[in-house]
Amino acid sequence: MLLFVDKLGELTLWLLREMGSMLSFLVYALYKIVTSPGKPILILKQLHFIGAKSFFVIFLTASFTGMVLGLQGYYTLAKFGSEGMLGAAVALSLIRELGPVLTALMVTGRAGSAITAEIGIMKITEQIDALRTMALEPFKYLVSPKIIGAVIAVPLLCAIFDVVGIYGGYVVGVKLLGVNPGAYFHEMEKSVEWKDVYSGIIKSISFGMIISWVSCYKGYYAGHGAEGVSRATTAAVVMSSVMILIWDYFLTSVLL
Amino acid sequence: MKTVIGSALNVLRKTTGMLRAAQRPQNGSAMISLVNVTKAFDSQVVLNKLNLEITTGKITSIIGPSGEGKSVLLKHMIGLLKPDKGEVVVDGEVISSMRGSVLNEAREKFGMLFQNAALFDSMTVFQNVAFPLEEKTRLSPAQIRDRVHEALAHVGLKGIDKKYPDMLSGGMKKRVGLARALLLNPKIILFDEPTTGLDPIICRAIHQLIKDTHKRFGYTAVIVSHEIPQIFDISDDVAMLYKGEIIEKGTAKDIRQSTHPVVRQFITGSLDGPIRMVT
Repeated sequence: MLLFVDKLGELTLWLLREMGSMLSFLVYALYKIVTSPGKPILILKQLHFIGAKSFFVIFLTASFTGMVLGLQGYYTLAKFGSEGMLGAAVALSLIRELGPVLTALMVTGRAGSAITAEIGIMKITEQIDALRTMALEPFKYLVSPKIIGAVIAVPLLCAIFDVVGIYGGYVVGVKLLGVNPGAYFHEMEKSVEWKDVYSGIIKSISFGMIISWVSCYKGYYAGHGAEGVSRATTAAVVMSSVMILIWDYFLTSVLL
Repeated sequence: MKTVIGSALNVLRKTTGMLRAAQRPQNGSAMISLVNVTKAFDSQVVLNKLNLEITTGKITSIIGPSGEGKSVLLKHMIGLLKPDKGEVVVDGEVISSMRGSVLNEAREKFGMLFQNAALFDSMTVFQNVAFPLEEKTRLSPAQIRDRVHEALAHVGLKGIDKKYPDMLSGGMKKRVGLARALLLNPKIILFDEPTTGLDPIICRAIHQLIKDTHKRFGYTAVIVSHEIPQIFDISDDVAMLYKGEIIEKGTAKDIRQSTHPVVRQFITGSLDGPIRMVT
């Protein structure tokens, strides 16, 4: 029993320390973004890496997500004779929920893991120490541009996801299953409100922040050797994904 | 507002550091002084009330068995690690109590060559060497190009501008690292095992390079090394670190002739003696 309490205490302390450390990392990173955001070229590079290079995977995921929504939505709505509402169902699902969340999860897998691995390798090969010995602030080169890049890139990717997904649903619903194209877009236009759009934007901005924050943190404090980097990368992907889903619930309950 | 408060705090920290340094008995010839420095990682004490002075303009080598904390000692000198107790004074300023921009300012006196050179692996050789100039000076691209080529020429490298670090041999990486460290003409250069893993000829070439560049630029050098006896040929002073303390320090000649049993065993490489190998 005593051993169990011991372990529980140890775990609680570790959790509190980790949370404190992560939070102070975020506060320091935000402070550095305000005081020395880094060269625009570094931010552009991150926009290219996180944004442009994720385009294909986002396009592919969005197409099939929209198509599945079109297929599932059609047969469900057909039971109630409301196939005309398909456009609204696909658009609302994508704009409010699936767009931001799936974009964030895809970016986590593609770019978040790479960010952790890059910073982790720089740490274990003393490249971060080399920056410090040159009297340069590592956050300015490694963390700030990535956070700014992710916060800009993820909402843009989410917008692409939404549009591509809606056309995916259109292809299946209208072209394959025969829903009236006018009804598809008209119902969508009637149902989607500005609130749905900005809640999606707010979600994707915060998801961009979570991905870059967790990925940079895990890389910066990666353990020793290749195994340390590999563990940090796995932890970054798992933690980012879980945090995205938890944060999504809180945001949805606030923004609804 | 935050910036004003930050600047005021930095000035205060710097002034306090200088005052504290001025209170101590000044030794004009010491560029770096470690005073009663203690450092432990978890329960393992790595440095134990260590005292060491590095003389200005000289090459001082720190020798000692592996895992004794030589690199830890070097990282204290440049403020990458902070002592649990004691002080590190660099050029009259207490670097161990500095933070933020004041610490960065103090670090501008340093160059450092890491054990694995720590070149930025996503940059070419040219970009690696040019990096400190691009970030810390307002030189034009043409001036930067000239300075980089000059620095690479000093270390005997030409025509490798576009190569990436993983395309270089160990010796070449060290030389590129040295060129990068020399570029801003630092007062002090720290060498963390500059010849580890290199063949004897390259090893001698790197030692000769350190000696030549030291002669040319006049910096204060601190070298952490295992290369016995070669390191004696380039060092003015040698200090032996053992069990967290400097057990002997003197000129290279003094250390060669030392009668201290630990020093003798280490420089002769004997298995018999007070240094016990953990098997």
